[in-house]
Amino acid sequence: MNRYTKYLTSRVTSGGLSRREFIGRAMAAGITLAVADKLFTESAHAAEPKRGGHLKLGLEGGAATDSKDPAKFLSQFMFCVGRCWGDMLVESDPLTGAAVPALAESWEPSKDAATWTFKIRKGVKFHDGKELTIDDVVATLKRHTDAKSESGALGVLGSIKDIKADGGNLVLTLSEGNADMPLLLTDYHLVIQPNGGNDDPLASIGTGPYRLTSFEPGVRATFEKNKDDWRSDRGYVDSIEIIGMNDATARIAALSSGQVHYINRVDPKTVDLLKRAPNVEILSTSGRGHYVFIMHCDTAPFDNNDLRLALKYAMDREAMVKKILGGYGKLGNDFPINNTYALFPEGIEQRAYDPDKAAFHYKKSGHSGSVLLRTSEVAFPGGVDAAVLYQESCKKAGIEIEVKREPGDGYWTNVWNVQPFSTSYWGGRPTQDQMYSTAYLSTADWNDTRFKRADFDKLLLQARAELDETKRKDMYRTMAMMVRDEGGLILPMFNDFVNASTKQVKGYVHDIGNDMSNGYVATRVWLDA
Amino acid sequence: MSNPPSGHILPGLRFKQRFPLLALILERFVLSIILLFAVSVVIFGGLEALPGDFATTYLGQSATPQAVANIRQELGLNRPVTTRYFEWLGDALRGDFGSSWASKNSVGEQIGKRLGNSLFLAGFAAVISVPLAVGLGMLAVHFRNRLPDKIINIISLAAISLPEFFIGYLLILFFAVKFGVATFPATVYESMGLVDRLKAIALPTATLVLVVLAHMMRMTRAAILSVMSSAYMETAELKGLGAFRSIVKHAAPNALAPIINVVALNLAYLVVGVVVVEVVFVYPGMGQYMVDAVTVRDMPVVQACGLIFAAVYIFLNMVADILAIIANPRLRHPR
Repeated sequence: MNRYTKYLTSRVTSGGLSRREFIGRAMAAGITLAVADKLFTESAHAAEPKRGGHLKLGLEGGAATDSKDPAKFLSQFMFCVGRCWGDMLVESDPLTGAAVPALAESWEPSKDAATWTFKIRKGVKFHDGKELTIDDVVATLKRHTDAKSESGALGVLGSIKDIKADGGNLVLTLSEGNADMPLLLTDYHLVIQPNGGNDDPLASIGTGPYRLTSFEPGVRATFEKNKDDWRSDRGYVDSIEIIGMNDATARIAALSSGQVHYINRVDPKTVDLLKRAPNVEILSTSGRGHYVFIMHCDTAPFDNNDLRLALKYAMDREAMVKKILGGYGKLGNDFPINNTYALFPEGIEQRAYDPDKAAFHYKKSGHSGSVLLRTSEVAFPGGVDAAVLYQESCKKAGIEIEVKREPGDGYWTNVWNVQPFSTSYWGGRPTQDQMYSTAYLSTADWNDTRFKRADFDKLLLQARAELDETKRKDMYRTMAMMVRDEGGLILPMFNDFVNASTKQVKGYVHDIGNDMSNGYVATRVWLDA
Repeated sequence: MSNPPSGHILPGLRFKQRFPLLALILERFVLSIILLFAVSVVIFGGLEALPGDFATTYLGQSATPQAVANIRQELGLNRPVTTRYFEWLGDALRGDFGSSWASKNSVGEQIGKRLGNSLFLAGFAAVISVPLAVGLGMLAVHFRNRLPDKIINIISLAAISLPEFFIGYLLILFFAVKFGVATFPATVYESMGLVDRLKAIALPTATLVLVVLAHMMRMTRAAILSVMSSAYMETAELKGLGAFRSIVKHAAPNALAPIINVVALNLAYLVVGVVVVEVVFVYPGMGQYMVDAVTVRDMPVVQACGLIFAAVYIFLNMVADILAIIANPRLRHPR
């Protein structure tokens, strides 16, 4: 089979090509009718989801302290649990990241993007048999946007001023225009619950493809199929069991002995060993998460842009991706956006390791003596190794880095966002706007590089309300250049999400939105006997 | 010597003389309670001293000042430490450990399940390891400095020299991954039947047995050997008693005190110190519960776990002391 027919069969497998189209194109590529027909049948058969079976996942991130209240979902474990039993108003397309309908059928912004009207789907039933109403939707959003709420989505929804029902529709009024509003509603905390979960936030009653049958925090969650699911293109297995496994070796042992079908968080250091197991498949997905070295732009010596540039040029990004991520990642370019975001500014030159340029800027900055970099294993996996690797690459540019290893306990309180130069990580955000608003807006609580520029802030707010995509893309490009050339961020790499499954698991969707197929892994795969 | 007239000594002292054993037990008991209070202060103080509080740690990198303030307000974290300590102590004395800050579940209920799991695993390991260790110890004495003694020593020393997680991984590698005969992970849950449960804990139990065996076995061996050199053992030998019989009948009872001590210490370890084993085998016990809680500074849970761990340790040590006193009447009248 040549590459083209391989591509064609993969299109069939993912359901994108009809028999007529496939045979036509395959014959055009020089394949006989009989062979083309057989190829189509085989690949279409492989594509057809099988129903039934008991799916077992072994996931890192569960804890005895996990809460069943969606507002308090925090761990990877609960992220995945919530996706099994609940639905949001909006989902994101796995391939493009664009907003696609879920419990909201369609939506319409006002001209200034400050008022949004969502049409809510009819005929959807909660697990307790009660029909989903607009009141449930309004109550849910109100609970998460209440100023007294402990919801993890509180920050995301900060700009919502008013939530009300208008006929069967949901109307959101924002304090300023936001073209990305639908994408914000994909947040995994925003599970629509009966009466917004006000009666019993821990009831775990939703509209999702599975019902929660048992739950022991940090230990295990089990699910059975929701027979009344409003969608037929998900929920293929009969039952699900999610087991909390925080030890990396335990996860690998459980997967390679076939006791679970899927594990998350495969360590890049051991992935090559795991690959040798005959029944194991490595699932690596490009993501938006990135590992960073952050400098405070307002603190000496990092208040000097030449020093910042010197430190950026002294970063050997290729070596980082290779040695720290084991190749499971992509090069970063010192701004927090990559091509998994919609409206990614293309064609910005990749910054490369350049000791000469680094030395030039370092000299120009007038700084002398060593630069103190604080790091820890909790900053990101391999954080300390990365700091030492960076120390080496800086040495060639004549810059001396002093690496200080900080205790992991309390790193996020005492070092990150406090000390002027440290290592850290960022998970992705659904939109560019959110990423910049969270960490690069002058007034942002988490402006961990102390990047404070009025022109940047103005551009960000303009882009947020801009519904014209071309204009918006231009604005994002300008913003990316500002952060890249004048900001305090050194971004060597975007890490891939590395998970693994047994070969029985089929239909895995590589979702750019987030880890574990954006949390939907259990509802999207099926088991091949 | 006649007893001194009763009116001349304090009533407490009289009680002590009349019921020396009971007095000793009571004394130990009161001391244990005082110790528990001291431990509760240390636990509370230690948690206060940890960097970061619950609100910031729980929300982690996604903590907005608003959310942090909300949580602090709700949990009353703004109040002084002493107020919170005495409130907690008062509730704990009434048996109410409150509810977890993170999950809002009742701590007492959660601990009930987790402690049950831990005791199940520890009990199973103890039932196997204690008789095995004592028996092997006696065997080693019987065959001292001969081949069986050396083999027992080498194997148990090798087991104790390897870190427990490594033993665990080796057992997993061979019995679960390579041969596929053992169940892994050892996750147990409420609706699980006894047979499945026992199957599930086979590997962690084996690990624990290997870890605690050597300590108890060697202590048994040493204690019996030291008794063996005493005069009455020589008498036993001279009157023609069989070697093994003299060990079991005359040496072992007199070596009981140190053996009881080391057994108690290891039992306490089995309940309190198995965190690593629980993590490796994905076993939902107390250790795992406490570690999870410490990570997010879930104070009610950590305090309750700490207190229970301390109580287990103190209780087992107390029992060991009392048993040792019963086994050796000379200890009843300290001079």
